[in-house]
Amino acid sequence: MSGASNAIAGFLKPAPLRTPVAVEMIGVNKWFGDFHVLRDINLKVMGGERIVICGPSGSGKSTLIRCINRLEEHQRGRIIVDGVELTDDVKKIEEVRREIGMVFQQFNLFPHLTVLENLTLAPVWVRHLPKREAEEIARHYLRRVKIPEQADKYPAQLSGGQQQRVAIARALCMNPKIMLFDEPTSALDPEMVKEVLDVMIELANDGMTMIVVSHEMGFARQVADRMVFMDEGQIIEVNAPDAFFANPQHERTKLFLSQILH
Amino acid sequence: MPPLQTAFVAPAPIPAAPPPRSETGVIAWLRANLFSSSLNIALTVLCVLLLFWTVPPLVKFLLLDAVWTGFDRESCLARPERPVVGACWAFVAERLNFFIYGFYPIEERWRVDIFFAALAFGIGWMTWLDAPRRGLGMLYFFLALPVASFVLLYGAPRLGLPIVETAKWGGVLVTVVVAAVGIVVALPIGILLALGRRSSMPAVRLFSVIYIEFVRGVPLITVLFMASVMLPLFLPEVWSPDKLLRALIGVAMFSAAYLAEVVRAGLQAIPRGQYEAAQALGLGYWKVMYLVILPQALKITIPNMVNSAIGLFKDTTLVFVVGIFDLLKTVEASRIDPKWATPVTSVTGYAFVGLFYFLGCYAMSRYSRYVEARLAQGERR
Repeated sequence: MSGASNAIAGFLKPAPLRTPVAVEMIGVNKWFGDFHVLRDINLKVMGGERIVICGPSGSGKSTLIRCINRLEEHQRGRIIVDGVELTDDVKKIEEVRREIGMVFQQFNLFPHLTVLENLTLAPVWVRHLPKREAEEIARHYLRRVKIPEQADKYPAQLSGGQQQRVAIARALCMNPKIMLFDEPTSALDPEMVKEVLDVMIELANDGMTMIVVSHEMGFARQVADRMVFMDEGQIIEVNAPDAFFANPQHERTKLFLSQILH
Repeated sequence: MPPLQTAFVAPAPIPAAPPPRSETGVIAWLRANLFSSSLNIALTVLCVLLLFWTVPPLVKFLLLDAVWTGFDRESCLARPERPVVGACWAFVAERLNFFIYGFYPIEERWRVDIFFAALAFGIGWMTWLDAPRRGLGMLYFFLALPVASFVLLYGAPRLGLPIVETAKWGGVLVTVVVAAVGIVVALPIGILLALGRRSSMPAVRLFSVIYIEFVRGVPLITVLFMASVMLPLFLPEVWSPDKLLRALIGVAMFSAAYLAEVVRAGLQAIPRGQYEAAQALGLGYWKVMYLVILPQALKITIPNMVNSAIGLFKDTTLVFVVGIFDLLKTVEASRIDPKWATPVTSVTGYAFVGLFYFLGCYAMSRYSRYVEARLAQGERR
């Protein structure tokens, strides 16, 4: 993109990881009260990999990715993000969160701020970028998600699809190494799903490390390096998408796929 | 019977037409709002009667029969040529400066005027929701204004402002100072208490809960007595702050507990996703609160905060039981002055105080309605 000065050039492409492994979960267990929501999760995500997690509702997939940036706390096992282990250490948690972008089902834009302010908030207050540079980066990513003309509007004035694209741009403005997507298209009207998926596909093509909870199987086939299927807090099956869809191994996976792929 | 229409294509767009006459105009409005049912008709008649019984005598006493000029009680006494005397506004006019400034020295009263102006400016800045630089306005209102006001009103000999002891402050000045401290000092404390009550740290949460519940469980008048009578018992004499300051501390403590609960309600109304989105961006606790949560939470609590402010504004009259000369006390002191001893002096004095409080409270109430209307327009999302 022309016009981007050298100072911000580093912010305009995925940041490199320090270690080859982006996220490593070793024997992770989590309970909500008595409910055992994550059971012995072992998952290793390499840098640049795209993982799509699917499974029935209540299977723990959202909880799993929310553990990766510690929006949920795990009670047993280890989670290591780009060489940093998540513990009670608030400094470490904030360090990890700075490097991970997250997109939510409900967008969660800040309604009291304009689109541009939503995008520059964290770069200015967390990365301590000068406001002008943060705005330059923000406008760059608004062009990337194809809504540069909405910069001065408030989130409530945008459609759901536009809001979700702003949410993606907001995460990208922090120049994350890893992106987490928690059912990013589930709250959208059907006509708006594609515009969001297109942005995500473009991001995948740039080499971003992505962990996506989604039931968009067309998207999964197109971008996923590996599919992860979860049920009742367990990882049931992991496989490359071709094999996963054509030849699922576990009975539970077969049943699930037969129900969502009519 | 016509055949069932099975296929249909709209031939042309139908233009918008004005509504029928019966749906618009004064008659329609009256019928819809005042005479829509028998109960409504009865209530309308009752209200008209009530207004008829109360408004004319009030207007007669306060305006038509009122005495507007004069220098002492003679002008407000009934005479053969004027058997009925209404409100004695001449009394209020003569004592107006006393009602506003108390015993504040006449040559220093410009300082009070500047304080009023600076406060009004700050209130305007804070209450105008689209005002420019509201962040700076906060700093002005909650930090610069209190400090500057104290220096201005109390005095600083080094700056050429002679000290004016708080015992000389009085009237509207004291009422406004007490009410302003009850908001300006209490709101930040209240916000901290509200955050504390929702904190994940048990000690902080326990302290906040105990403080809030204890203070809310005690009447303001008790807090004032505690502050003015008991505080000096615990503190050495040199430390003992002056009478007005003690009352101000009491009012601020009291008001903070109530505002804390108001703010907590606002915090609870903010969806969890807002906290999570802010945290996921790497913002720490204080930045999440300052940048994302509080701006939204405080905005939706404005109507409730104004409600608290209205209550507090009237409660300021209680300071007179601990011997502070607020507006009510200055009127109390003046109405028994033999120079103005007439049958209508007391009523006029109280009417003046009532009018003062009514105007203040009504303005606040209107403002809160305006904010509510704006929030209802869907500003939030």
